[in-house]
Amino acid sequence: MAKVLVVTSGKGGVGKTTSTAALGGALAQQGQKVVVVDFDVGLRNLDLIMGAERRVVFDLINVTQGVAKLSQALIRDKRLENLWLLPASQTRDKDALTEDGVRDVIAELRTKFDWVICDSPAGIERGATLAMRYADEAVVVTNPEVSSVRDADRIIGMLDSKTAKAEAGDQIKKHVLITRYDAGRAARGEMLNIDDILEILAIPLLGIVPESQDVLKASNVGCPVTLNNAASPPARAYSDAARRLGGETVAMVTPSEVRRSLMGRLLGRRAA
Amino acid sequence: MSMNLLNLLRRRTGSAPVARERLQILLAHERGLRQKPDLLGLLREEILAVVSRHVALDPDKVIVRMDRGPAVSTLEVDIEIPNGSEARLAVAS
Repeated sequence: MAKVLVVTSGKGGVGKTTSTAALGGALAQQGQKVVVVDFDVGLRNLDLIMGAERRVVFDLINVTQGVAKLSQALIRDKRLENLWLLPASQTRDKDALTEDGVRDVIAELRTKFDWVICDSPAGIERGATLAMRYADEAVVVTNPEVSSVRDADRIIGMLDSKTAKAEAGDQIKKHVLITRYDAGRAARGEMLNIDDILEILAIPLLGIVPESQDVLKASNVGCPVTLNNAASPPARAYSDAARRLGGETVAMVTPSEVRRSLMGRLLGRRAA
Repeated sequence: MSMNLLNLLRRRTGSAPVARERLQILLAHERGLRQKPDLLGLLREEILAVVSRHVALDPDKVIVRMDRGPAVSTLEVDIEIPNGSEARLAVAS
C-alpha cells in the first residue's frame, strides 16, 4: 500500500528539499516506486536539486486545476526509472493550491506509487499545511540549533492537530531527521547533541545526517546525494533512514568526531 | 595559540547546555499555549482597555513587560496617569 510522507520543518534552510531528494533517491535505489512532490509554490527548488529544472512543462497546480493530466506533469528521473518528480509552479500564487485539488492529486498518486514524498515549503502557512494535510507519516527535519528545534516542535503540534489523519482521530507517524550534525562541535558542547534534541522533541529518531561537503556537491550537479555519491557519509545516513522508513531495523550510526591530532588542535587545524 | 589552549580546557562547558535549557523553558510554555488564546496578551489588551475607559492614555507612557518563566510568568503594566485624572474619575463614579 502506498505511503504518503511529508518532509517538513517549519524553519527554512534546514534541508527539507535536500532530504526529500535524498530519501526519494534512496527508496528508489532500494526498488520502491517513488514520486517526490514539490509543494513550494512560487519558490520551487526540488526540480533543481533533482536536476530536472529544464524538463518542467506542467506542474502540481496545472494538475489540480485540470489543465494537465497527472501523467503529463510527472517527470521521470534520468538515472532511476522508478523515481519521478511532480514539480511546483514557479509563477502561480500559492493560493492557487486548494485542499480539494491536493486531496485528489494525492489520491491519484497513491494508486501509482509506493511512496509519495511531499516536500513542504518553510513556514506554517497554506503551503506547509497542505503539504502535510494528507500524509500518513512525517519526517521533521531539524538542525542542532535552537530556532530550528523550536520550529520543529511547532510543526509537530500542527501534525498532531491539522492533518486529515489527526482530525480523524488517528496518529500521524512522526520521525525526526537531524541534519548538518557536527559531532566534533557537539562533543565540545558547542552544539545541541542528539540526546538533547530527542529529549526536547520526544519523537523517534529517523537518522543523523552529518554536515558534509558532499551535500553541496550533489546539489551543484543536480543529483540527490544518495545517487551522486552513495558511499559518502550523508548518503549512507539517508540510505539507512530510508530503510527505517521501510520498516527495517538498521543500527544508528552516530557521526564520529573528526579526529584531530594534539598538534592539529593546538594549531587550530584539522589533521589531514 | 593561547585561545586554542583555553578552548581545550573549556571543552565540556560550551554553550549547548544553555541552548538546551532555554529551549526547554520556551517550549514548555509554547506547548501549553498551543490550543489556547495567549493569556498574557489577552490580559494586557483588556487591562489597557479598562484603564483607557476612565483615563486618557498616552500610548507612549504605557510600558508593558512580560517575562515568561518555567513556573511563573509575570505581566507588568506601568501606566503613567496624567495629574487631574482623579477628579474626572470621581465625577464618573
